[in-house]
Amino acid sequence: MPTDAKRTFLLPSQITEVPGAAGWESMYPYYTKFQPEDDQRFWFYNAMHFPEPMPAFDAITGEVAYEGLGAFTTRIFVFPTTMGIEHRIANGRVYITANPVSDPAEIGRRLELFQERAGYYYENWNRILGEWTTRMENMIREIAAIQAPTLPEHAPIENVTNATGLGENHYIKEKYHRLLELYSKMWHHHFEMLMLGYGAYMVFFQFCKKAFPETPDQTIARMVAGIEVLMFRPDDELKRLAKKAIEHNVDDLFTADCDPQDVLAAMQKRGENGQKWLAELEKSREPWFHMSTGDGFYHHHLSWNDDLSVPFSALPRYVEQLRQGVSLDRPTEKLKEERTRIIGEFRELLSSPDEQQAFDQMLGLCHLVFPFVEDHKFYCEHWFTTLFFKKVKTFGALLVAKDVLVEADDIFHLQYVEIESLLADLSLSWAGGGKPLGRNHWRPIIEKRKRILGRLKDWNAPPALGPIPDDISDPALQMLWGITNETLETWSSSATALDAREIKGFAASPGIVEGIARVLKNVNDIAQIREGEILVCPVTAPSWGPVFGKIKAAVSDIGGTMSHAAIVAREYGLPAVVGCGSATTRIKTGQRLRVDGNRGIVRILD
Amino acid sequence: MAALNIVSRFAEIGIQDRPSVGGKGASLGELARAGIRVPSGCVVTTSAFERFLTILDPQGSIRRGVSKLSAQDSAAIVQLSEQVRAQIECAPLPEDLQSAIAAAYEELHRAPENATCPVAIRSSATSEDSAEASFAGLQDTYLWVRGSDSVIRHVRKCWASLYSVESLTYRRRLNIPEEGLAMGVVIQQMIDSRCSGVMFTRSPTTGDRSVVVLEASWGLGSAIVSGEVTPDKYVISKVTGEIVQRNVSTKLREHLPNSHGAGVSDQEVPEERQNIPCLSDDELHALVTIARQVERHYHAPQDIEWAVSRNHSPGGNLFLLQSRPETVWAAKDKAPVAAPKGKAFDHVIALLSGGALKK
Repeated sequence: MPTDAKRTFLLPSQITEVPGAAGWESMYPYYTKFQPEDDQRFWFYNAMHFPEPMPAFDAITGEVAYEGLGAFTTRIFVFPTTMGIEHRIANGRVYITANPVSDPAEIGRRLELFQERAGYYYENWNRILGEWTTRMENMIREIAAIQAPTLPEHAPIENVTNATGLGENHYIKEKYHRLLELYSKMWHHHFEMLMLGYGAYMVFFQFCKKAFPETPDQTIARMVAGIEVLMFRPDDELKRLAKKAIEHNVDDLFTADCDPQDVLAAMQKRGENGQKWLAELEKSREPWFHMSTGDGFYHHHLSWNDDLSVPFSALPRYVEQLRQGVSLDRPTEKLKEERTRIIGEFRELLSSPDEQQAFDQMLGLCHLVFPFVEDHKFYCEHWFTTLFFKKVKTFGALLVAKDVLVEADDIFHLQYVEIESLLADLSLSWAGGGKPLGRNHWRPIIEKRKRILGRLKDWNAPPALGPIPDDISDPALQMLWGITNETLETWSSSATALDAREIKGFAASPGIVEGIARVLKNVNDIAQIREGEILVCPVTAPSWGPVFGKIKAAVSDIGGTMSHAAIVAREYGLPAVVGCGSATTRIKTGQRLRVDGNRGIVRILD
Repeated sequence: MAALNIVSRFAEIGIQDRPSVGGKGASLGELARAGIRVPSGCVVTTSAFERFLTILDPQGSIRRGVSKLSAQDSAAIVQLSEQVRAQIECAPLPEDLQSAIAAAYEELHRAPENATCPVAIRSSATSEDSAEASFAGLQDTYLWVRGSDSVIRHVRKCWASLYSVESLTYRRRLNIPEEGLAMGVVIQQMIDSRCSGVMFTRSPTTGDRSVVVLEASWGLGSAIVSGEVTPDKYVISKVTGEIVQRNVSTKLREHLPNSHGAGVSDQEVPEERQNIPCLSDDELHALVTIARQVERHYHAPQDIEWAVSRNHSPGGNLFLLQSRPETVWAAKDKAPVAAPKGKAFDHVIALLSGGALKK
């Protein structure tokens, strides 16, 4: 919130300790700490990707993601006006700032390289995308194949007969390192084409904003969005499974609040029909249930495969709708026709053939990049990331077996470099025949960190820190940050708003409804959502698709009009207001809200 | 001498008839022909005016007098204006004109839904309502006129208004020649508007052609035009039909037909209606559909006046009162937003070049 007329948010050095959370710094590397000189720079809370306080291990996602992103913007494609992102962690929250390039001579030098390099990717986009997909699929296969680490009392005989010349304790380290390497590689690939993809969007949006200044972003987004993208598939699979349940006469098992394990057990007793449905389920699970229950940035964002409660919470509703004769098929042909009509009409409204040609070029480029921009999420944030955390957890399980940790998830309360040292301890003790010393060293630390995280959850993180920049109109900067001058205005005005009952955000999907709020700070609580409620969350994660059939409207702290959630909300015809800054702290579950998706305003009615 | 056409019905005229019926009349005829609902009516032709003027002033001294005026000499303009207006309003009207106008009014009178037959009498100058120079508002309009004597009196007032101080000054300033300048007069069934307003098929504030901007307020449109009320304002996407912006304002005044017969009275809007929208979303969308129809018909953005009648049932209660080509943005339409580039991705390179490459 701006503290004075000089237009500055709270300074990093002014952040106060959260009671009971002293010592949080020990959870993160030294290079994520705010430095005194950081007070001179503008930072903002990356609540879009990191809406919760970071467990010590999970902070690796910030680290390797910004390594990958910056490598491409700063060094590989050499974006003219911006380098990469620096991040800091305060009270468990990730704050970021971009490094702009302002010297015109330097911009010129970078531009020359950028033209050649970005041009090469755009010109060869589909070939590179094909290679990208193969690379990613290979990496997914590789990480999936990594076996849980073991330290048996005696090495297996094959160790001798194959003369491997290595002890199991070596493989522990090798596997752990391989996991980290693959995670780093994945994040590099994640950003390989993404910023260029966003660049294409940005050009088209800016064009439309000039040609059609009163047309909402959400309408422009409809011209860009693809109809058949991977991210819709998991939800489509649930609809398919609902159909199969009716077809095989096992639909009675899907009742409101049914427990997945009970359903699976009951299925076993339904003879051939039950088996048929289970076979269909298996078909869907591989790969479509490799969908994160969140957006894949935290270890507790399990995949549907590992937590069936999310997909199963949508099934009873789909079954019920099918029984009532509602068609659940996405009307893809109709959606395509509608998109074609909208594009054609806007094109017709342009004032010259020149403009129309430019429009065609820009929109064509958007359609070229759209499949990557949408589909990469399934490969990276969902499929790969859920496998990664699951594999790390197998090290936790080994440490539990060796009486070091209390539970497997405890491993996520250690920094990845701390795990390295714990594995050395484990390896030495296995080899030496003694006991690992980690139990006494790490258990108290882990206990303390869990307590701290619990306290940090309640911290009302300021949306931004430091002096507000005069102008962040540079498109590359906006793209990297995901915020604009308007965002800053919205945040500063919502903090000083006279009317505390009104929350401003961005209109992401049109319509006005009233209903009861359900505030979900943690995606794992998704099953709490009841029919007809208004979802209020830090960020609307893509995998919440199935829930959109249940809710009346969606409100989020962070998000933009091309976010997957906004696209889904528009398809479901649900009003959505995104990027509200602090909706989850200002709204309480049970309050009556009016969500105005036309104007981007949420009003608390109670 | 060929038979003089004194009165033309809307159905008989189109935009090409501007010289014989004036701009407003021609435009209303054109709309009616295009299948747009306008209040029924007719136009007293410019030939009728010419005939009247010739009888009144066979030597053409009025026109000569006006031509000699200097735009700066306001005293002379006022003097001539008063003299000519008095002449036009008092001189006897030829019998054939008188009976033709009365007959046309009677015809409107016979329209069953219009038994009391109040009409609007509106001037329709030949130079008015053109895309090049918006002449609007310089000639008079009279609302809620009843009875053939009164109608005839107001037709003469309209003719006279061609020589109002404002009109004369305007013509002299722009050096518009007097020869061939004539006045048609529209006689049109009056709509008792529940609400009325204007709409632009292009945003007047940004020039955006993808939206219709509509303003609406209670009662007759004169309240909005005169600026006495802050109307409800809507921005509607032509492409998706979405209501992009909706501002319902507090509407304190409304113009209503006078209870004792003729004219209009300015009244306070009852409190329960002040803050509610005066149009339903269905009516809004129906108006937008009509606006697009008119725009397509003319192949140019339009500035439209409309009304919702109290006395007609839904489905038949939306009327257009006027449509003019939009003039403000039409003049600005020069620089294209973007031009094509060698390669599609060159647009991205230019955007991210920090201004080093011209966008």
